[in-house]
Amino acid sequence: MPRRVGIIGVGWYGFRPSTPEVHFQGMMFESSHRAYADANVDPRKDVDVFVDCQEDLWEGIAITDEFAPEPIGGALRPTFTVSGDGLLGVAHAYMLIRSGLADVVAVEAHGKPSEIRTLQDVYYMAFDPLHVRPLPTGNPFFLAGLDAQAYMQRTGASREHLALVSAKNRTNGLKNERAPYSARLTVDDVLSAPYAVYPLTRYDIADFSDASVTVVLASEEAAKRFTDKVVWLDGIGFSTETGSGAVEWHAWGRMLSMRDAALMAYKLAGLAGSPSESFDLAEVEDRFSFMELLSLEELMLAKEGEAHRLLEQGHFNLGGPLPVNPSGGSLAMGVQLEATGLARLLEAVLQLRGEAGPHQVKGARKAVVATWRGVPTYTSAVAVLSAG
Amino acid sequence: MVTNLFVKDRVAIVGAGITTFMRRALETPRELAWEAARMALDQAGLTLKDVDCVVIGSAPDTFDGVHLKGEYLADGSGAIRKPMTRVYVGGGTGVFVPVSAWWHVASGLCKTVLAVGEEKMSPAHPHPQYVFRYIWDPIIHRPLEPNLIWIFAMEMRRYMAKCGAKKEDIALVSVKNKRNALDNPAAQVAANITVDDVLKSEVLVWPVQELDVSPVTDGAAALVITSENVARQVTDSPVWIEGVGFTLDNQHWENRELAFPRYLNYAARMAYRMAGIERPWKEIDVAEPYDPFDYKELHHIEGLMLARPCEAWKLLKEGYFNRDGELPTSPSGGLLGVGNPIAAAGVMKVAELFWQLRYEAGKRQVKRPVHRAVANAWGDLMQAGTVIVLGN
Repeated sequence: MPRRVGIIGVGWYGFRPSTPEVHFQGMMFESSHRAYADANVDPRKDVDVFVDCQEDLWEGIAITDEFAPEPIGGALRPTFTVSGDGLLGVAHAYMLIRSGLADVVAVEAHGKPSEIRTLQDVYYMAFDPLHVRPLPTGNPFFLAGLDAQAYMQRTGASREHLALVSAKNRTNGLKNERAPYSARLTVDDVLSAPYAVYPLTRYDIADFSDASVTVVLASEEAAKRFTDKVVWLDGIGFSTETGSGAVEWHAWGRMLSMRDAALMAYKLAGLAGSPSESFDLAEVEDRFSFMELLSLEELMLAKEGEAHRLLEQGHFNLGGPLPVNPSGGSLAMGVQLEATGLARLLEAVLQLRGEAGPHQVKGARKAVVATWRGVPTYTSAVAVLSAG
Repeated sequence: MVTNLFVKDRVAIVGAGITTFMRRALETPRELAWEAARMALDQAGLTLKDVDCVVIGSAPDTFDGVHLKGEYLADGSGAIRKPMTRVYVGGGTGVFVPVSAWWHVASGLCKTVLAVGEEKMSPAHPHPQYVFRYIWDPIIHRPLEPNLIWIFAMEMRRYMAKCGAKKEDIALVSVKNKRNALDNPAAQVAANITVDDVLKSEVLVWPVQELDVSPVTDGAAALVITSENVARQVTDSPVWIEGVGFTLDNQHWENRELAFPRYLNYAARMAYRMAGIERPWKEIDVAEPYDPFDYKELHHIEGLMLARPCEAWKLLKEGYFNRDGELPTSPSGGLLGVGNPIAAAGVMKVAELFWQLRYEAGKRQVKRPVHRAVANAWGDLMQAGTVIVLGN
């Protein structure tokens, strides 16, 4: 039997549009020491490996890994950086624990977009320098616009459905203390806002917020030494559909990487029965409103082309049969760059512990978390969690 | 670290590939990555269909000039509808790529992993050194406008002062490695030089001179890493990954004793413990210590416990580290001879040990019989140590 992996502590700092009071390392320190206190571990003694998730250009530092160890307690210890979303860091932690190399692993991810003065230009730097960057596209999110169009064409979802996602999530966010962009928004408000990238209006697109999130994972035996508040990481999956420089190979209107990641995570979790009946809640990708519907289909929580019908019927509302993004999702919480995946994992962990507060899903025992790395990538990660 | 390893399945390297290391390669970074990846797959007798997972290593995004470089390199590295991540510990990334591939396989999540390192440094304008202006602490150090070679010069000075090594003693590393590289078809700056040539080369930052330093390089290197079952099916001579280790010190290099690389020593102890090695100076037969500067090879030999602190330069003089010596180091030619495309250079070192342990290194094959080998890489602000121990 492979070793079972559990999440024994979470900590966070920020979730505000700007955090002028802290340096990025200050933010990392705040979330990390909270997570260690929550897990009841001493990072200098009990944590075997530290994983940090960040990207150079978001940080404005050419080798950001240099600044990883100190604020998270990893100096002179096995510490490394995964250049990717926090959930990919969790995948490494899962493998480290399953391999037997580590018993306890800490994963930190942070994003401080408020300090990036030319965010749009940084996005363009991620495009292929020969084939895509020179195109006169004006807004790097045009790729999401194309995907939204293709998705709507394929499934028959309308702009109203997209707006309904945004209205639902931003309203859910009113109950969440980590959701600075929540609002009592109606479908009309979303539809009447100016287009950012056709067919998405500015309210269809998540704003940015600063946050740092730290998660402590442990093997089953090690977890018992520290805490009885364990949330099991039953499975994790991650996948890349194609390179960011090879957009011509992307299946438009689909997110095949999320499907592949979901199949991997479900297999590891030994999911019996259909995914749509296996979960009490889902925290899925929604940095563009259509992505929530597409994610639900790729995760097989809704049949292909039916997510928007279920949405109409209130299936995904807080209180519905499968609450989706009870936290408000990225639309309400913001996009925290590489911390986005961990932010959603954090919400799911709090739900399964029954500590989510006003937006608690009653009796939540099993949850699925899915994240995508955003434009212009085709990489996704999926985690399956169950209450301890 | 935990030592109670219950690894069901051993992890093996079954194929390796490298591109020619050169300046101003015409290929795009994606093409370089694929060239190396295909070579490694060809050697293993496998195709992309057999690959379950991909690990990419590449150092600063600013060299290639692409943000989210792992995503950019994904298709070139074979990560098409496969689990892929990019790992990053600065200059230490190269050796860290196979290290993390180890747990991809040992965890049971992947059976066959393609580990790719790529770096294309020459497009940076006006010189790749300018990229290093942006690696400093933005508040404390960046206003001083430091240069990376300055801090290495300080470290070299400190090593010389503490250990009593002279410039001409250290220059021997450059002479040895550039000579070893003459037999390496991928090498960029192989040459027959003398200690005098090094001492007469241009001074960059005293005591660092031009021939003390590895060049600016474009290149890629790749490894195919599999579980024991797969390895047994595809080859008669798998090379086992017996130990992995990695350590990251804090960013305050200025507060550290620079004469001894403690971060590397910790990483080495972790890897040796896993491999069951108690006396590395006796049990290791061939080594690829990371040598972006000539003094660094000596520094790392000591950190890896292949020589006592401050004694590597004395052994070097006796020919101990030559290809026909007691403990050959950098038989490939190292970064000083083959070139230094940051992440690819570390993978190249592991690839060289793979070929040495299979007796496939041709003219570069070391004289003594080989059973166990160690490679390391070093990075960030003189703070990252990554170590891998291989055996045949």
